[in-house]
Formats: sequence, structure tokens, C-alpha cells
Amino acid sequence: MEVAGEVLASESQLHVLAVDDSHVDRKVIEKLLKISSCKVTTVESGARALQFLGLDEEKGSLGFNGLKVNLIMTDYSMPGMTGYELLKKIKRSSAFREIPVVIMSSENILTRIDSCLEEGAEEFLVKPVKLSDVKRVMNDCIMRGETEGNKRRRVDKRKFEDDNHASSSSSSSIPSSPSSPLPSSPSTAATSSPLHSLKRAKLRDHN
Amino acid sequence: MDRNRLHNKVASMRRSLFDQGYLDDQFIQLEDLQDDTNPNFVQEVVTLFYNDSARLIQNIEQALNSRPIDFCKLDDYMHQFKGSSSSIGAKKVTNECTAFREYCNAENAEGCIRSFQQVKQEYAILKRKLEVYLQTVRQASQTA
Repeated sequence: MEVAGEVLASESQLHVLAVDDSHVDRKVIEKLLKISSCKVTTVESGARALQFLGLDEEKGSLGFNGLKVNLIMTDYSMPGMTGYELLKKIKRSSAFREIPVVIMSSENILTRIDSCLEEGAEEFLVKPVKLSDVKRVMNDCIMRGETEGNKRRRVDKRKFEDDNHASSSSSSSIPSSPSSPLPSSPSTAATSSPLHSLKRAKLRDHN
Repeated sequence: MDRNRLHNKVASMRRSLFDQGYLDDQFIQLEDLQDDTNPNFVQEVVTLFYNDSARLIQNIEQALNSRPIDFCKLDDYMHQFKGSSSSIGAKKVTNECTAFREYCNAENAEGCIRSFQQVKQEYAILKRKLEVYLQTVRQASQTA
């Protein structure tokens, strides 16, 4: 487990905790994040991630290294604790539920994506992860500080773009099962579906 | 070989790796991530890939030799193999892994065994080509 070594961590840099059991993927995601000006800590499992955060039963909910984590990016399929299980634990913890969690998976399975988003994942990235995916996640993270109202307007705008984009999308990774119909009224932004289709749009944009 | 000829050789080897479908876009992602702070990044990632692959190939061999065959375990290993080959842009290897997983899902032992030969073959070819290519890249960068 690689622990952030710098004594004077820049407050303005996002600190990302990346969780993946694959050596190759850990190395790549670390580099992608560093190139995107993030501080990175990589761990190989959900258990290690929880330890790092300080979510151990023994340690209570205080992180032991003092460096705040701004974002968690985790692989879905890992032995022991899956990324989904890690996501749930984080979202159910009072201390860490506000941390955005992004799931990465090589498998583009609709039910999997749905359950992750429903459990509170910020995004679902299809592997292999590219620099453009990471940059987009960074942007979304920065924009997270917006008010609900601004967010709603942004969602509606993207929903409009999504509708226009869908007709020209030619990605072969789109699941063949029919997607849920987009709500026609923008005022339904309070429900999860516009955000849901926003995230699906992000999926389609991949590649 | 002088600098220009080496650089031309590198360029033509690289082009051929892509044209013949051994590598895809994701390899370019890795190349783009290499910089002065990390001048051996591509080689390091590829080395990790070789290490992981060697281990996984061994695990898959064992799993294929055991009776009864544990298709779940097989699929799990192959999922990992496919994941890392896809992460470095090893297109042909990734495709063979996909084919293998289909036989696995169908619990077709014969198919798995045959398909695994293909996986190993493609992997061996890629490894050889990549080693030569990256060695040439190194030579080119060291030539004054």
C-alpha cells in the first residue's frame, strides 16, 4: 500500500484514493490521476481502502493519516470486497458518505451500473479508463460544490444534450436491453432518472 | 545503426503493431502518459503485465487440468487476464480472452482448452514483438 509521503500536501490538490486489485490498472490510474494534478494513494483492496480511511472497527471513524480524501475511484470486481460493497460501506458511514465514489469496471452491465448509481456512485467508468474519463471526473468533482438548483439546471441541460447526442451515438458498448424512457418533463429532476440518463450519456460518450 | 535509421525503424515497427491489430488506442494512452518524470512508464506497465500474465497463465493451466473443471474460477482468472491486456491495449490477446470466456460460460471444456492455446499463442507473439519494439525504442533514445 502506497502511503502519501509528502509532508506538505497542497490543500488545493484533490486527493484521490484509487482501489484496484490489478497491478497494471493501479499503475495506470495512478499515472492518469497524477497527470491530472491529483495527489494519489493506491490500495489493492476494499479492506485496505477502509483501513486507509480509518473505517476500521478498531480505529473508529477517524482517518489515521490526516490527509483528507476528496474522491474514491474503485474497481468493481475485486476478490473479497467488491467495489460495490466498498461503495455501500462508504455511503453508509456518517464520516465518509460525502466523498464521491466512482466505480470502474471492464464489464458494461446495465444492472450493475444501475445498482452502483442507485447506491450513490458518482459515475460508472467502463475500463480501460482513459485520460478523458479522469478529466471529466475531475471536472464533475469540482462542480460538486454547486447548489442543488445549479445542479438541476445542469442536469436538464445535459439531458437535452443527451437526447441530441443519442441519435448519433455509435458506440458498440451500448447494452442492447431497452433503456428506461427519459422523463419528458424537466421538473422531474428530483428523481434519479435524469441524473441516471446523464450518467448513461457519459457511458455512451466513452469511446 | 545511426539515429535517423533507428528512429525510422521504431516508427515503422510501431505502425505495424497498430496496423496488424496487435495494439489499440489504449497503448497510445500509455505512451501519452510517459514523460520526463517517468521516462520508462510504458516499459514499467508492460513489465507488470508480463508478470501478471505469467501468473494467470499458470493458474489457468492448473484450473484446466483439474477435474472437475471449476469454470467459475477459470472465468475469474480470464477476467483478470482480459482486464490487464485491455489496459495495455493488447487487442488480439483481449479478443482471444473474450472468446475463451464464451466457452467458459458455456462450460465447454474442449472449447476452453483449444481457446486457451490461442490466448497463449497471441500472448507469446505480442510479448516478443513488444520486447523487440521497446528495446529498439530504448536504443533509439540512447543514440546520440
